[in-house]
Amino acid sequence: MDFNDTKEQAEFRAKCRNWLEQNAELKINVKSDKKDGMVGEEAFLQAAKKWQMKKFDAGWAMLHWPKEYGGIAATPIERIIWGQEESQFSVPRGIYEIGLGMAGPVMMQYASEEQKARFLPPMAEGKEIWCQLFSEPSAGSDVAGLRSKAVKDGDDWIINGQKVWTSGAHFSDYGILVVRHDPNLEKHKGMTFFFVDMKSPGIDIKPIKQITGGSSFNEVYFNDVRIPDSQRLGEIGDGWKVAITTLMNERLAVGDANGADAKEAFEWAKKQDDHGDPLIESKAVRESIADWYCQANGLKNTKLRTMSALSKGDTPGPEASITKVVSANKLQAIGNFGIDSIDMAGMLKTDNSEINGFQGAWLGSPGLRIAGGTDEILRNIIAERVLGLPQDPRADKGVAYKDIPSGSN
Amino acid sequence: MNLDFSDDQKYLQSEARKFLEKENSLKRNRDVLDNKCGLDEELWKKIVAMGWTGIRIPEEYDGLGLGHLELCVVAEELGRALAPVPFSSSVYLFTEAIIKYANEDIKKDLLPKLVSGECVGTLAVAEDLLAPTEDNIKCECKDEKLSGTKIAVPDAAIATHAVVVCRGNAGIELRLVDLNSEECKVQIQENIDESRGYFSINFKDIKSDLIGEAGNGWELLQTILNQAAVLFSFEQIGGSQAALDMANNYAKERYAFGRAIGSYQAIKHKLADMYISITLAKSNSYYGAWALSTDSAELSVAAATARVSSTEAFQFCSKENIQTHGGNGFTWEYDCHLFYRRSKLLSLNIGSLATWKEKLVTGLEKSNLANSN
Repeated sequence: MDFNDTKEQAEFRAKCRNWLEQNAELKINVKSDKKDGMVGEEAFLQAAKKWQMKKFDAGWAMLHWPKEYGGIAATPIERIIWGQEESQFSVPRGIYEIGLGMAGPVMMQYASEEQKARFLPPMAEGKEIWCQLFSEPSAGSDVAGLRSKAVKDGDDWIINGQKVWTSGAHFSDYGILVVRHDPNLEKHKGMTFFFVDMKSPGIDIKPIKQITGGSSFNEVYFNDVRIPDSQRLGEIGDGWKVAITTLMNERLAVGDANGADAKEAFEWAKKQDDHGDPLIESKAVRESIADWYCQANGLKNTKLRTMSALSKGDTPGPEASITKVVSANKLQAIGNFGIDSIDMAGMLKTDNSEINGFQGAWLGSPGLRIAGGTDEILRNIIAERVLGLPQDPRADKGVAYKDIPSGSN
Repeated sequence: MNLDFSDDQKYLQSEARKFLEKENSLKRNRDVLDNKCGLDEELWKKIVAMGWTGIRIPEEYDGLGLGHLELCVVAEELGRALAPVPFSSSVYLFTEAIIKYANEDIKKDLLPKLVSGECVGTLAVAEDLLAPTEDNIKCECKDEKLSGTKIAVPDAAIATHAVVVCRGNAGIELRLVDLNSEECKVQIQENIDESRGYFSINFKDIKSDLIGEAGNGWELLQTILNQAAVLFSFEQIGGSQAALDMANNYAKERYAFGRAIGSYQAIKHKLADMYISITLAKSNSYYGAWALSTDSAELSVAAATARVSSTEAFQFCSKENIQTHGGNGFTWEYDCHLFYRRSKLLSLNIGSLATWKEKLVTGLEKSNLANSN
């Protein structure tokens, strides 16, 4: 057991670090860097595009892509090392994951040579941003229950319906899309996969206001939107198969809940007064901090075990599947603790950045318990895929999609 | 980056598992419980013959001269099999204390005998129905003679020696006593997990040898307990995993309302939560194992983290295993209660969950570790 990089890993890390130091500034505060996260503002977009182009020119833009598409076919451990290093610098991240991680690989597998030549380079350079159009108002956890329609019309398909929870749709150039081409087939068989120009006539994008007051997602309406058949990815009816490979990537990508952690709770409790004594002296608070520290450290060490497997060239076990369930719930509890710690004043918006952090955690954590697989779906996945328990009996198996009970007639 | 055991260590673990399965360790646990005899002597002799008691003892004292990591993987298997033997008392607590703090004469005398099984050791701390502290230890030592009463001492009947926490002229000290001597009376105490024996010991002017520095005994004890916490955490994750496996198998076989109970989300989510608790505990125990094996300054925090998560995992998994088994889980006949009992024994033997949570936060206050997250 040791925590050191191998010689090759250390060399790769030094290379990353060296380039980053020459091209970006180190973060002052890792957890509240303004350039982090998904921000839709024009200035942020321009900065993100500039940074991506810079990375592209130096060969850091899409490490995991195969060499023929301009990547270096980086190993998972090299991607992790790059991510660890890049996240320490104040750079705008978070808008190219869907393109580089999901759309790009799908295009490589299913698009024509001409399309690859047209779309992959601007995706890698960051000139064109991609989004993902899967979830629908009536198809969340059960995303295969989606009902947006595709009807063939000559060489085109006409799309009607509504997508939802689409991150970045309002600043995206293209999207990957799954729709139902035949409701008479069983639900998993009647879907087809496309990519679509987000500026197409008939597409209407409306931001969703979240309980935090912010808007990182959109509703996307399709009214008689025309997509040429040449933009179909995979065979007619293979939509689910194509979608599921990209969803796997998403489940891996949605990890730790960012925000106040055991450390922030601990530091706050040392400063805060509790009926005349320091809050850290409260037995109840000490027990909670111990619990959160064990969870935070358990996740950190779980990640290190995954990295250990990757670093030896082994396939990691299923351990990482626990990350989001544990971290999102921990975040909610810590946010709640911080707010309660200032008693009656906890309701107030203040200019205290720590209180703001706790309030932000409390308001934002319900979303994290849902996005990328709800707590319940993730527990089902652990139970079924890791522990091998049987699936629930299903009312939608072997039934034509149109005959599946939907609760709305 | 390698937070994992080596191939050799994994091989040792799989051999240990095969051995304990072949020896039907769970059945032996039940027999000991039924007969209230405190241990399975035959299994204990076989374990000694395998050399496990000497894993950490240097070769010059007839041991195998291996490291703590080898002890961790064996501990996980002993925990999984609920082995009814005094291994933890003699190896994690007593032998480790001798290796770390005893003088050369004592090492030369005792370590080879601990390898061969001629000697078995234990650690005597508790005295009353409350958490022992530096201030409430009453056992006293005057002119090398120790007097007082200890309770809840594990495996004291088979043990030939004990390290006893007592009060000397300069404060708390650790003292080695020979339990075969006339000046001590060992009496069995009924307990919740009688697959292991618990005893009271009354000492009256028994001759004793100082282990480590006089007056500094409480701190030495904390180090011994921190080291043991990591080893016990591996027993706890082994036991947790066995309880989850048992619940998982039952959930697939048991039908209710026309379907396997494991197809109901109430059961799935319960078992998923068991898996989550074990994964956190295991990852923290690996970290503890690293800190133990490298004698890291982080050991006290790493040990407390491993201890707290593993105690929570085993208590959770063993109680929810009973729940998954329904009425059957409440019977003496099913093995569920064996895990439930052992989880409680392991959650208390070196201090309760509350005690270790407090140690963890105290450790965070002393170090700068919380900042490294």
